[in-house]
Amino acid sequence: MSIIELQNVHKVYDMGAEKVHALNGVDLTIGKAEYVAIMGPSGSGKSTMMNLLGCLDTPSTGSYILNGTAVEKLNDQELAAIRNKEIGFVFQTFNLLARTDALQNVELPLIYAGVSRRERRERAQRALARVGLTDRAHHLPNELSGGQRQRVAIARALVNDPSILLADEPTGNLDTATSSEIMQLFDELHSQGNTVILVTHEADIAAHADRKIVLRDGKVLTDIREPAKAAAV
Amino acid sequence: MVVSENIRIAFRALRANKLRSILTTLGIIIGVAAVIAVVSIVQGLQFMITKELQGVGATYVMVLPKHDQNQGPGVLARQVKLTWEDGEAIRDRVPGIRLITPLIVAPGQVVKIGERQHSTMLLGVNQDWPEVNNHEVELGRFFSRLDMEHRRKVTVIGQKVAEELGLSDPVGKEIYVGALPVSIIGVMEKRGQALGQDSDDLAFIPFDTAVNLLGRTSGDQIQLRLQAEDASVVDQVKDGISHLLRQRHKIPEGQPNDFDVMLQDEILKTVGSILGMITTVVGAVVGVALLVGGIGIMNIMLVSVTERTREIGVRKAVGARRQDILIQFLIEAVTLSLAGGGIGLAVGWGIGALVASLLPGDWPPAHVPFWAILLAVGFSAIVGIFFGIYPAGKASRLDPIDALRYE
Repeated sequence: MSIIELQNVHKVYDMGAEKVHALNGVDLTIGKAEYVAIMGPSGSGKSTMMNLLGCLDTPSTGSYILNGTAVEKLNDQELAAIRNKEIGFVFQTFNLLARTDALQNVELPLIYAGVSRRERRERAQRALARVGLTDRAHHLPNELSGGQRQRVAIARALVNDPSILLADEPTGNLDTATSSEIMQLFDELHSQGNTVILVTHEADIAAHADRKIVLRDGKVLTDIREPAKAAAV
Repeated sequence: MVVSENIRIAFRALRANKLRSILTTLGIIIGVAAVIAVVSIVQGLQFMITKELQGVGATYVMVLPKHDQNQGPGVLARQVKLTWEDGEAIRDRVPGIRLITPLIVAPGQVVKIGERQHSTMLLGVNQDWPEVNNHEVELGRFFSRLDMEHRRKVTVIGQKVAEELGLSDPVGKEIYVGALPVSIIGVMEKRGQALGQDSDDLAFIPFDTAVNLLGRTSGDQIQLRLQAEDASVVDQVKDGISHLLRQRHKIPEGQPNDFDVMLQDEILKTVGSILGMITTVVGAVVGVALLVGGIGIMNIMLVSVTERTREIGVRKAVGARRQDILIQFLIEAVTLSLAGGGIGLAVGWGIGALVASLLPGDWPPAHVPFWAILLAVGFSAIVGIFFGIYPAGKASRLDPIDALRYE
């Protein structure tokens, strides 16, 4: 069963004098519980792809069906709702709210989902437990290490049980040891049945995924499936 | 998303920038404090004056000579006169009058007993004064008709005068008013101070005695105080007095009166309009303060939106809709302005209470009417919404992709 279906997707940015074709006819299907890495040099359309898949943006032409919903037809309001329900973002710079402790950061998507205070607390605590940070629930982001911050961010991405976990260079700001910890966490989450999409330009990060999609000039250059289990173990 | 959640977020954001928040709301604080302080003081003033005037009742009438500046030097030749002969004529010929007393006011008169002396206000009146002015004698008695007729050298003093002269048992004592020896036959009840005048710092002597003491001409420009028989006839009494005095003063048709006849409700109205004017002027000043305060809030909210662009991006990425962001920042602005309003209310009330406690006499305790509180709170909320809507709208319209990329 496919969870993401892109059909002949184009994204054109109007930069005044010239039009930039960031995506130039992309067809792509990603199934449930897949572990995908999207790669490519800068300018390849990687970021545009990420924004599109994350429903932060809509295609200029073509269609994007996410878990049965045609995203290109949605308005701002519906896009916000679908981001809340279907997407779990993990950013390179963590993007936690300062002055807000780990637990409250994790609660954030649930607030916008209209979940009651008590249930929010419970679910956020469960999400923190999944990333191994139960004892850091009431620490502020600036009291946590880089790796711990990214774990909080992953807990936030998980808390709403999204269809896809969308990570944009999740280890870009971390040292090697912490990077491998975080990647182990993603491996674990994938093995638990989550759909994980990594957007990265680092080959050794992408090696964790079972499927590597390389973009170039707004098009899919290669799409290779090679289970990474053996390499990762 | 629930509003209570937004309020919590707003408080957290404001707490994080305490000094900035306080400085931002200062404009609102000052504006609201000013309006509350002035309202409470004006209310006190109105309360005092109304109490004073209502004491004499709705049947109270004042007649005063008018010094009309508009008539130029010519009027000096024709001296404005109001005499007790006028008063007697009014008493005898204007229907509806129950009591009438002349009044000569002579401030700064020295009274003394032995070595002790005191400067006080001397009032020359007749036996009806206590009833006309609702001002009773506490010890001894007031003048009688006989005292008046025989021009007895007697006086009734206020409690402050008894105090100043060191008289614990004043009735029967001989004192000097100027060079005139008089005996004290009574002491007036305590009345306290009003409008910078001490109603206990005075001495009454019979009208004719006062004229003798102060000189013949002092009888040429007196005032009259009357009580009409009933509140329903005061207007007729006023007309009657005007008609008679114009006749007696030979004022030709079309010329203005050389006297004023004032009724209690007219005095109240005059006072009310003066106080209303003060309130209006202060209100205008406060309006400007609130405007400036609102612009301050708008400015800081715009800074805040820019500072928190990333936060807005994150919130949108995890599912915040436009209206969620709009409401969040709007509530933050309104919280700022309402907090300012609340603090201003407290400060203004404090100033009013302080002024009330510093003013002498039985000034009523600071009273802030409910409408003033409502007005202050309402206005600050409106300022918050009005000046918060633009920054909040700006925040809500941010593109999540740009916001997340913002450094």
